[in-house]
Amino acid sequence: MGTRRYIVGKVLQAALTLAFVMVFNFFLFRIIPGDPAALLLRGTSAFNPENVAEVRAELGLDEPLPQQFLTYITDMATLNFGESFYLRGAPVSEVIADRIWPTVLLLGTSAIASAAIGLIIGIHAGWRHGSRFDVGSLSFTLFVYAMPEFWFGILVLMAFAGGVGPFPAIFPTGGYETPGADLTGWAHVADVLNHMFLPFMVLTVSYLGEYALIMRNSLIDVMNDDFVQTARAKGIREKQVLWGHVVPNALLPTITLTLLSLGFIFGGAITIEYVFSWPGLGLLTVQAIDTKDFALLQGLFLLFSAAVIFANLIADIGYSYLDPRVRAA
Amino acid sequence: MSVLSVRDLEVVYATQAGPIPAVRGVSLEIETGEVVGLAGESGCGKSTIVNAILRLLPPGTTVTGEVLLSGEDILTMKPGRLRAVRWTEASVVFQGAMHALNPVQRIGDQLAEAIVIHGRAGEREALVRVGSLLEQVGLPPRRLRDYPHELSGGQKQRVMIAMALACSPTLVIADEPTTALDVMVQAQVLRLLKDLQRELGLAMLFITHDLSVLVEVCDRLAIMYAGKIVEEGPSVEVFGKPAHPYTEALAAAFPAIGDPRFRRAPSGLGGDPPQPDAIPAGCAFHPRCPLAFDECPETVPDLYDAGERRRAACLLIPRGAKVST
Amino acid sequence: MRPTEAFGHADGPPVGVELEPTPPPEVPKSPRKIGWARRRMSARRIWRTYRKNTLGMVGLVILALFIAVAVFAPLLADKEGLEATCPCNGVPFSPPSWDFPLGTDNFGRSVLTLTIWGSRISLTIGLLATAISMLIGSVIGIVAGYYGRWPETVLMRLTDWFLVIPFLPLAIVLASILGRSMVVIIFVIGVTSWPSTARIIRAQVLSVKTRPYVERSRALGSSHWHLNTRHILPNVAPLIFANTVLTVAIAILSESTLAFLGLGDPLQISWGTILESAFAAGAASAGQWWWLIPPGLAIVFVVLSFTLCGFALDEILNPKLRRR
Repeated sequence: MGTRRYIVGKVLQAALTLAFVMVFNFFLFRIIPGDPAALLLRGTSAFNPENVAEVRAELGLDEPLPQQFLTYITDMATLNFGESFYLRGAPVSEVIADRIWPTVLLLGTSAIASAAIGLIIGIHAGWRHGSRFDVGSLSFTLFVYAMPEFWFGILVLMAFAGGVGPFPAIFPTGGYETPGADLTGWAHVADVLNHMFLPFMVLTVSYLGEYALIMRNSLIDVMNDDFVQTARAKGIREKQVLWGHVVPNALLPTITLTLLSLGFIFGGAITIEYVFSWPGLGLLTVQAIDTKDFALLQGLFLLFSAAVIFANLIADIGYSYLDPRVRAA
Repeated sequence: MSVLSVRDLEVVYATQAGPIPAVRGVSLEIETGEVVGLAGESGCGKSTIVNAILRLLPPGTTVTGEVLLSGEDILTMKPGRLRAVRWTEASVVFQGAMHALNPVQRIGDQLAEAIVIHGRAGEREALVRVGSLLEQVGLPPRRLRDYPHELSGGQKQRVMIAMALACSPTLVIADEPTTALDVMVQAQVLRLLKDLQRELGLAMLFITHDLSVLVEVCDRLAIMYAGKIVEEGPSVEVFGKPAHPYTEALAAAFPAIGDPRFRRAPSGLGGDPPQPDAIPAGCAFHPRCPLAFDECPETVPDLYDAGERRRAACLLIPRGAKVST
Repeated sequence: MRPTEAFGHADGPPVGVELEPTPPPEVPKSPRKIGWARRRMSARRIWRTYRKNTLGMVGLVILALFIAVAVFAPLLADKEGLEATCPCNGVPFSPPSWDFPLGTDNFGRSVLTLTIWGSRISLTIGLLATAISMLIGSVIGIVAGYYGRWPETVLMRLTDWFLVIPFLPLAIVLASILGRSMVVIIFVIGVTSWPSTARIIRAQVLSVKTRPYVERSRALGSSHWHLNTRHILPNVAPLIFANTVLTVAIAILSESTLAFLGLGDPLQISWGTILESAFAAGAASAGQWWWLIPPGLAIVFVVLSFTLCGFALDEILNPKLRRR
């Protein structure tokens, strides 16, 4: 069946992309000018020739390149990403696993919220393009786009957590939960949500504009197609023309474009988690930058890339279920 | 009472470049079971009339005059009544080969939608009726499960015809139904339309730029130029003995093999039809007319009587001059 | 017998059609001069159309303002004010006053001075990084589109892979390995933002490649180099230009983000590094809005201006949009 072949094809492509990323990762560390081991120790008190040599041996940098590559592949296969410098020898995979849940919580909810709100705004703006709502939402999108999302986060933090001028300090200044307050059950959930609210708002607002724009343009394209005229001529109400005919066709290109922009959401997660001290993978990344923890950085890079590749795969497969023309091809 | 009665219809589009008059005073009558053809080059306003009849023009368009469907004026109907009338009294066969069908919906569902919306049947019965509609247009009923991209151009056109018949309208408007099709398929579709019209006693308004097609199918013909009707009458007579220079030129562009008229000089009319925002004064056709004389740029011709149930808008007629040889 | 003869009128041209001959244009001397004259005319035409685009003009004015500030920075603010130990500095963390219209930072430096001088670094990095990105993207796009077959497949597959990799994690990994300097930042941004450009350019090359004049030129035996530089490039150049302007906006945003995360050049002052120091010093919790708002606002306006100009240019120069 055409669908099965299509899905298998897409899965293979995704695997190939992942393989490319892994190979790229391997060479990244080794093509830099100078000695990787020296790089690790530079700027620390342990920087001397003996330690550098020791680290070289540890990292297997003295072995011939093909041998290193083989070791790398087997390491990847067993999910062994090396040991974190930052947390003094703890396996990178464990460090990441520890901190993954807050990021999933924050990104997951804000991604869903911004997609849902953005799409609805886009549909209404496109259906009434040229109206004040349309112009207003376009201007809003443009302005938010020009704002670095970390700056937006800082302003929100300053206004609603730090409190400045007329703004009340009603939210905590960061973190996942109130330190020391050993809360359980619903109280705990409420506490976490209280801490999550500001970063969630910032992420949602920062990205809903792009979804709105993509959906709006897609809708305007479809609105001018002939079959919309046919639907109207058949005596169908405008609302049904919009939701039954225009939107299903407009959603298709939107889905692919939306999921392609997932990479930017990860970027946003890194900066926003840092601003709000939200203890997820984003904050971990910034901490890894500060401590030059290359093993951790590489592990995180691989994880982020794999997540985006996976999301694209889901988008492609989902698209094939929605668009009958793709299945037939 | 006529099935369709258009009186002094004027349509002015509102665009960024200013108001553009697309239809400048058109009157038309179609009786029950009558097939009327509307011909003209691109931009003369024929598609605008199709959209005007079912009030499908873009918002902001100014429409004046009367469009009576079985006595009711469509231009003054309330939205609820308008939606009820659409498709049940008059339906349109759009150019199916293009994107007139929803690409992500099965054709059976699209056909059934028309039936269910107008309360003619529940969802399950509707599908049964869809099957018989498909048979009527010569397609196997099982194709109702197909998507539009799985059909050929001719098959899609048949689906459009089936869709137009779904609610048993009294008037069917065919808007260039054969234009984008191969010649062989064109002939099949035309024959199908003729047969259906006869079987079901439909009134039809057939729109095209191909005059030879119209003569085959239509009882009466109306020729449009620059937003106005310039000639109308029984189709054979209008095609055979045109009373307006434009009709003659149009007829000459579709030569019939063996007809001595076309044996010698190459035919063809120089120039292009006027842009709607730059219509010449007086008779709009005078810049391209081989028979233009000094009164033509100054006087706007009415539709003068030019024979048995025939009229033409040419200043030569009141002067008793004949146009065709 | 022709009907008109019955009236005795001679056939003349239909009324309303003029047959005035237009005077021949002045003929320039050589093909090269013709080419340049034509280019000047089309540039003038583009400018005339651009002028009518209000948003585009707003963007251009704002952009001109920022460029003027960056160029004339020495005249607008004393460079000494960037030094932490300058005697001209005021009390640290103080809100705006007559002496310091935008307040002071943790060293007592005038935030206004910092913002004015920061524009130089931010704009420079943005422009240079974009230059690299456009160069790589255009070459790859043109080669892939022009040669087709396996070079195209390989290059486009490469582009797709790079598109998938999330930008910030990749930039972070590269920047942390390569060290903190302006050159590194420019390189990193340039090397990570070429994929979308390559895609757009390749699509355009594909459409230009099949145009009649290109096929004719090939039939006449032109070399690849000639075809590319004389035919394809001039037709792809407008699109490249419009895309460039939009890319600068993204580059400036990227630089500010990387600097904020601590990957910027520690010896330079850019809007991103100002925000980095401010946040690290706890300005957000302390409510020191005069320190946090101006650099961010500067970024917003510069990015807005580039984006507006880019959209206006895209509308004028992008053939796909024109057709609509």
